[in-house]
Amino acid sequence: METSTLTAEEEKKQVKKIKRSETWRRIKRNKMIYLMILPGLIYFLIYKYLPMYGLIISFMDYKPYLGIMGSQWVGFDHFARLFNSAEFWMIFKNTLILFALQLFIFFPIPIIISLMLNEVRHSFFKRGVQTLIYIPHFMSWVVIVSISYVMLTLDGGIVNAILESLGFQKVNFLLNEDWFRPMYILQVIWREAGWGTIIFLAAITAVDPQLYEAARMDGANRFRQMWHITLPAIRNVIIVLLILKIGDVLELGFEHVYLLLNSSNRNVAEIFDTYVYVAGLQQGQFSYSTAVGFFKGGIGLILVVFANWLAKKFNEEGIY
Amino acid sequence: MAQRRISTGSRVFDFFNYFLLALLAIITVLPFIHVVGSSFATSAEIARTKFLLFPTEFSLQAYKYIFSTDTIFRALGVSIIVTVGGTLWSMLFSVLTAYGLSRRDLVGRRVINFLIVFTLLFNGGMIPTFLVVQQTGLLDSLWALIIPVTINAFNMIILRSFFMNLPQGLEESAKIDGANDFSILFRIVIPISLPAIATISLFYAVTYWNTYMHAILYLADADKWPVQVLLRQIVVLASGMNYDAEAYSDVPPPEVTVKMATIVVATVPVLLVYPFLQKYFAKGALLGSVKG
Repeated sequence: METSTLTAEEEKKQVKKIKRSETWRRIKRNKMIYLMILPGLIYFLIYKYLPMYGLIISFMDYKPYLGIMGSQWVGFDHFARLFNSAEFWMIFKNTLILFALQLFIFFPIPIIISLMLNEVRHSFFKRGVQTLIYIPHFMSWVVIVSISYVMLTLDGGIVNAILESLGFQKVNFLLNEDWFRPMYILQVIWREAGWGTIIFLAAITAVDPQLYEAARMDGANRFRQMWHITLPAIRNVIIVLLILKIGDVLELGFEHVYLLLNSSNRNVAEIFDTYVYVAGLQQGQFSYSTAVGFFKGGIGLILVVFANWLAKKFNEEGIY
Repeated sequence: MAQRRISTGSRVFDFFNYFLLALLAIITVLPFIHVVGSSFATSAEIARTKFLLFPTEFSLQAYKYIFSTDTIFRALGVSIIVTVGGTLWSMLFSVLTAYGLSRRDLVGRRVINFLIVFTLLFNGGMIPTFLVVQQTGLLDSLWALIIPVTINAFNMIILRSFFMNLPQGLEESAKIDGANDFSILFRIVIPISLPAIATISLFYAVTYWNTYMHAILYLADADKWPVQVLLRQIVVLASGMNYDAEAYSDVPPPEVTVKMATIVVATVPVLLVYPFLQKYFAKGALLGSVKG
């Protein structure tokens, strides 16, 4: 009996040894592949992971001339200051409202456009529409905002000229607080709605045409076909994108908002990203602004994990 | 009877569907046409007709004006250098990493993949990244627009899934013939992946051309500003043309046409590559494979 357990143990050791040498063999065989990955890996370590380590300065009173090693620890002081500041709730609210606009107004639009495009039977028409509606995605935010600016400006802007000729009052869209949010979301729709259809259209191509045939036989009209066949077929893609969108909760586009921001609309336009930029790089409060950014990024991460968990709970695939 | 009713409903549906989509497409491009049209208009016509799409009198006045100093040439030069150099740089790193990670027998592949995907969900944020850029000595150098964004994780993942879907047999037979991994990548894999490589290159190129945020974060020296920053200065900040004011000593032409012309100059290169982009991403499957 004793000998048999010994041999079993020995056998295990032997297997482990073989496995390990097999792993080593595989690593050695692929040494050139590791060499290929190395530059990319170094990039991610330096420019993605080192900044994550740099988040520790949000618990310090970071002084550039002292460096991370020499600066004083202050615990949660910067976070406390953030939560107690009068501006915190203003920024929080602004960020949340823009996020809600993204989620409830922008998100469904590409889905609707793809459903509509899917019903087009003349491929030249479909391709023509696609070609045109993808264009704005390739424009920078500077171009999008600049075009809006020259069209909306009070002196000589086309929109105010039209309003005037129709007998309405001119509107100062660019400085008016009430117009910031509509302008923001319309620009997002203009730039991204068309491009957003790509992924849904790709998912729709996987739908079996026989399903539509069968539905027609059953007397389903075009709306019912969309609702009962196309939409369920792309449900998983919709959920994945929804999770990613929720994870992006606070990624509302620094560039975009920063370009629209001015002193008159600041009350509605200041969001976490723009606040970090102003407090950090313009006023030099490195630690405080890092704490603000950390808070924002942390919430984003928690939300994406939560959304993914929720999707799994409802037996959907999720993103990981 | 029933057949007939369905087909009428279907026709009404088609009518509205086509009509709305056409309208959407027109509304999407109308602002661009307005801007291009206005940039070629004379100042008199701009003042007379407000809603202008096609000028009746063709004028290059605005373009002559913006090209009369070297400000715009310098900015365009910076943008071209960053776009061409950055795209080559990014593609080199992205292709190498994507190909390496597409090899299924690689030990540690899952961990590395996770490390890369995680950067999409969480990052250090603007200030810590700025400090790293500063520490690595990139501030005020054009490299600051390139090195910190060497690999876009999304683009790398698209490339990786493209490589993973290539037939395995090709590599195997090349290996039997004694080719090493680098020559397999450059002699076999890249030549048959040109559509994917072209698409991702164009994505990178557009991103580099459109770069704005990194320029205002990392470059204090106005001589190194790319064209997007200049555009921003001209359209929004310089209502009184306070940038390089002396340089434009002539009688100032209507600001509107100049703004329009600058927008066009900053946009045209993207529109030039657009047909090529369109050709490749029409095969939408490429982007559909992002997941997984």
